[in-house]
Amino acid sequence: MEYILKNGIVYDPANGVNGEKKDVMFKDDIIVDSVSDNAKVIDVTDKIVMPAGVDPHAHVAGPKLVVGRLYRPEDSRRGVTQKTAIERGESGFSIPSCPTTGYRYSRMGYGTVCEAAMPPLEAKHTHEEINTIPNLDIAPLPLFGNNWMVMEYARENRIDDLAAFCAAWMKISKGYGIKIVNPCGSEAWGWGMNVHGYDDSAPYFDVTSRQVVTALAKANEKLNLPHSIHIHPNDLGHPGNTGTTLETLKSIKDIKKSTAPTASKRDQTVHCTHMQFHSYTGTNWKDAGSGAPEVAKFLNHNKYVTGDVGQVTLDETTTMTADAPMEYDLYRLSGLKWANKDIECETAAGLIPCIYSPKNPVNTLQWAVGLELFLSIDDPWQVCLTTDHPNAGPFIRYPRIISWLMSSPRRMEMIENREVHKWAEKRTTLATLDREYDFNDIATITRAAPARIDGYTDRGELTPGCKADIAVYDIKPNEFDPSKNPEEVEKAFSRALYTIKDGQIVVKDGEIVSTKPSHTIWTNVTGLEDEEARIIEEIMPFFRQYYSVKWNNYKVHDHFVPNPIRVDVPIRQ
Amino acid sequence: MGGIRMSYEPPITDYDHIVEDCTCAFCGCNCDDLDYLVKDNKVVAVRHACRLGASKIMEDIDQRLLVPMIRGDDGELEETDWDTALDKAAELIAHSIRPVFYGWSETSTECMKEGLELGEYIGAVLDNQATICHGPSLQAMQNAGYPIQTLGEVTNRADMIVYSGSNAMNSHPRHMARYAVFPRGYFRKRGRFDRTVVTMDPKFSDTAKMSDKWIGFEQNGDYGFYNAIRAVLKGKKLHADVISGIPKEDIYELVEQMKSAEFGVLFFGLGLTHTLSKQRNIDIAIKMVMDLNKDSKWGLTPMRGHFNVNGFNIFMAFETGFAFGVDLSRGYARYMLGETNTIDLLTRKEPDVFMVIAADPGAHFPNGANQHLANIPVIQCDIHWGPSTELADVVLPGSFIAVECAGTSYRMDGVPIYMRKAIDKPATCRDDEWIMRELKERVMKLREEPNVAPKYVPNPAAE
Repeated sequence: MEYILKNGIVYDPANGVNGEKKDVMFKDDIIVDSVSDNAKVIDVTDKIVMPAGVDPHAHVAGPKLVVGRLYRPEDSRRGVTQKTAIERGESGFSIPSCPTTGYRYSRMGYGTVCEAAMPPLEAKHTHEEINTIPNLDIAPLPLFGNNWMVMEYARENRIDDLAAFCAAWMKISKGYGIKIVNPCGSEAWGWGMNVHGYDDSAPYFDVTSRQVVTALAKANEKLNLPHSIHIHPNDLGHPGNTGTTLETLKSIKDIKKSTAPTASKRDQTVHCTHMQFHSYTGTNWKDAGSGAPEVAKFLNHNKYVTGDVGQVTLDETTTMTADAPMEYDLYRLSGLKWANKDIECETAAGLIPCIYSPKNPVNTLQWAVGLELFLSIDDPWQVCLTTDHPNAGPFIRYPRIISWLMSSPRRMEMIENREVHKWAEKRTTLATLDREYDFNDIATITRAAPARIDGYTDRGELTPGCKADIAVYDIKPNEFDPSKNPEEVEKAFSRALYTIKDGQIVVKDGEIVSTKPSHTIWTNVTGLEDEEARIIEEIMPFFRQYYSVKWNNYKVHDHFVPNPIRVDVPIRQ
Repeated sequence: MGGIRMSYEPPITDYDHIVEDCTCAFCGCNCDDLDYLVKDNKVVAVRHACRLGASKIMEDIDQRLLVPMIRGDDGELEETDWDTALDKAAELIAHSIRPVFYGWSETSTECMKEGLELGEYIGAVLDNQATICHGPSLQAMQNAGYPIQTLGEVTNRADMIVYSGSNAMNSHPRHMARYAVFPRGYFRKRGRFDRTVVTMDPKFSDTAKMSDKWIGFEQNGDYGFYNAIRAVLKGKKLHADVISGIPKEDIYELVEQMKSAEFGVLFFGLGLTHTLSKQRNIDIAIKMVMDLNKDSKWGLTPMRGHFNVNGFNIFMAFETGFAFGVDLSRGYARYMLGETNTIDLLTRKEPDVFMVIAADPGAHFPNGANQHLANIPVIQCDIHWGPSTELADVVLPGSFIAVECAGTSYRMDGVPIYMRKAIDKPATCRDDEWIMRELKERVMKLREEPNVAPKYVPNPAAE
């Protein structure tokens, strides 16, 4: 099937197209530069056309999602809708069911989501969920930062072995890259403890975060992986954690980025996730302030770092993370129902509902810090729009955040009308920042940059040969002032005029019109098979003794990934 | 002379091959280290299984359902062919007003997927054994929280294990042996000797016999006893000398022990969920574990009884947002304990067609519920005769998941395991997944999908 999206105003930052009136053509599932006269014409005259959205970090599929859904029926009830001829019934607000997740991303014009954390022991669960989410391509990131084998290799500086381990474990779990969460801290939580700062060690394993993170960064570059290490630094959510964040980022500075073609899409050697939660000054919540200026400055001067913001949306939501000790701390603070899961030899997870109230000084500080980061980081190619869904807010709020970024008057209104607490102006620089994102910037932080940062070569841009993942929004940018119309911005980005996934029209006029099964993106390192086999043989006595499942049953079988997008990454290029 | 003869069976040597690392399809331990010795497509011996798991395999052929059956007008079950049986079942479901599909806990998530599609299509209630088992645990989890860990964490770290309202030695025989107590863990290299085992249960059960300490509080005294522990944890002085039958000194001592554990785990079962305070027992047990985390590191795990009861809850949660008792009759998911659960539905005589798959309500439901089952058409999909077969009007013989058919299950701690196939099923039986799919396709031909909204209507609370 050939299509031509006619006369749209195209924002394709990867190709330097900034609000040009041009046609976008696609044939079957890819974008092409010409079509025959038989092509079906879709008239999108003067409307915004962008690549489909790419979310670099969200928690959408996996064991802790289910814990959340199981223990929060009140959240499930909140989103219940009746089935239609095309859609199954929906449920959930901050933790949507799997079908709901697919529909809601689709309606916003998104096509790709990175599932931010997958525990290898339970990876099959993540994949069962991915297979139940329609209309998206999902790249799950296996967790490595508290893995017992990783800690041992890191302490002994066995980078080659660590690389072989990571390659093997991505194959075993069908994962895309290297995710690190509160390194050493979630292992300390196995004893009810945590680590503080970047140079604290995990009990018994006697290895510091710094050692683990730098070792994994080196392994990542040795493997020529499309994505860099993806890190959730230590001390999340603690006042004064800016120091830890910057120490963490600085430690990667001298690690050479792979020069291989598979790693060439990205510029960074470290991606710092939900930076907002890692950008506080002060010593406690009474004197806490914003570390956003420092963090933004660091990114402005260091192109080897990218980040996503983790913007607080001021909703009632559910937090869930592999930073289990942090969730326990939140439980002690709030008294709300807490869930926890320690996973043998690998990682841990925690959950707790969270009510981000605009009346609350701390929540307002968090909200403002996120916006400060967006507005103070100069290069939109270094920053991505996320809410660390659902931690800082549900992903359906991305359009609202877009409207805030595009409208300084709206932000000032929220501050001046006391819609938010006065800490917004007293503790942060937000009120002094009148920068406004334009549509090109938005296209960058919601599609082009995440795709580049994640190392995808087939999406996030409208280059012929790339996937026909396209979104059209009901705004005429040449006659519309987003600064004065934040509600219209939010409305338009919430309900795409068209969402096209692999050339199939899945959304029209904001409604789901068709569904398709999701694909799973995973990384297959090639050329290291002997080393991987040796590492596995070395690990086997340990595995047999200390894991509660048999090795033969540990891996993710192929049938759990029925629609793979396998990214082959040769060790020698 | 009479007397007991020790029965000795010499090792089986007459087999063709061994299928290793199979998963046991009995309790919620989902032991995945079973080896099946196979000869002529029969399992002639099994290694590593406990007597529960072994008995299910070795005695499978006893009362095995092999042929589809329909109950005739004379009240007797008559053998028939697959098409006839499936058509009859599909007809019953297609023309029902309030169908309930119950069970699921002893089949695979792959089968559940087909069953849910059918349930969503026709508007059924889907429910599983949690409704009569750990439902109160799920309810308490929804009130209080859920601090758990995988079984391997227990092996490697735990130095204090508490069984409460659970007789693991009888209900989960390898729980202590393979996971919680005896294994030499990474940080517990002396195994049993590095751990303290406590049973808190009115009964001096087999598990209590193996414990270092037995605290036999009074029947129905669970809540009071846990409450006292929490009070002491919060630094209060106990006023009564004896609480739930336990002297307060013992409670103080127990709390000190719990506080000074490096890693403690509470395993609990129906002794808590089904005695006087029901879900409030679990509520307070969860709260107690949370309190303990102030001074120590503690977690808990419900001792799930079937190998896929947790799997159904997990599956339904990611598909619909709710764990069990999910009512799809209006075209969207509804969940309200007491309204949409099977026993309540049956005692209110609401269902007009009942499908039981991989469960035995005839054996386990209260009589009031079964009385209604006796009065309505019941479709049974199972591998064994049981009391439910006596209630069934259509019997569909399935295949033995994890032996004759592969499938995914979730252990009591949520770890997913893909259970491999070892032998072929009997020629006259069919895989559960196939049966559900056939039913679904036939029902779809018989009736247009009810309760479909003509247009998508968003929920304003989710915007």
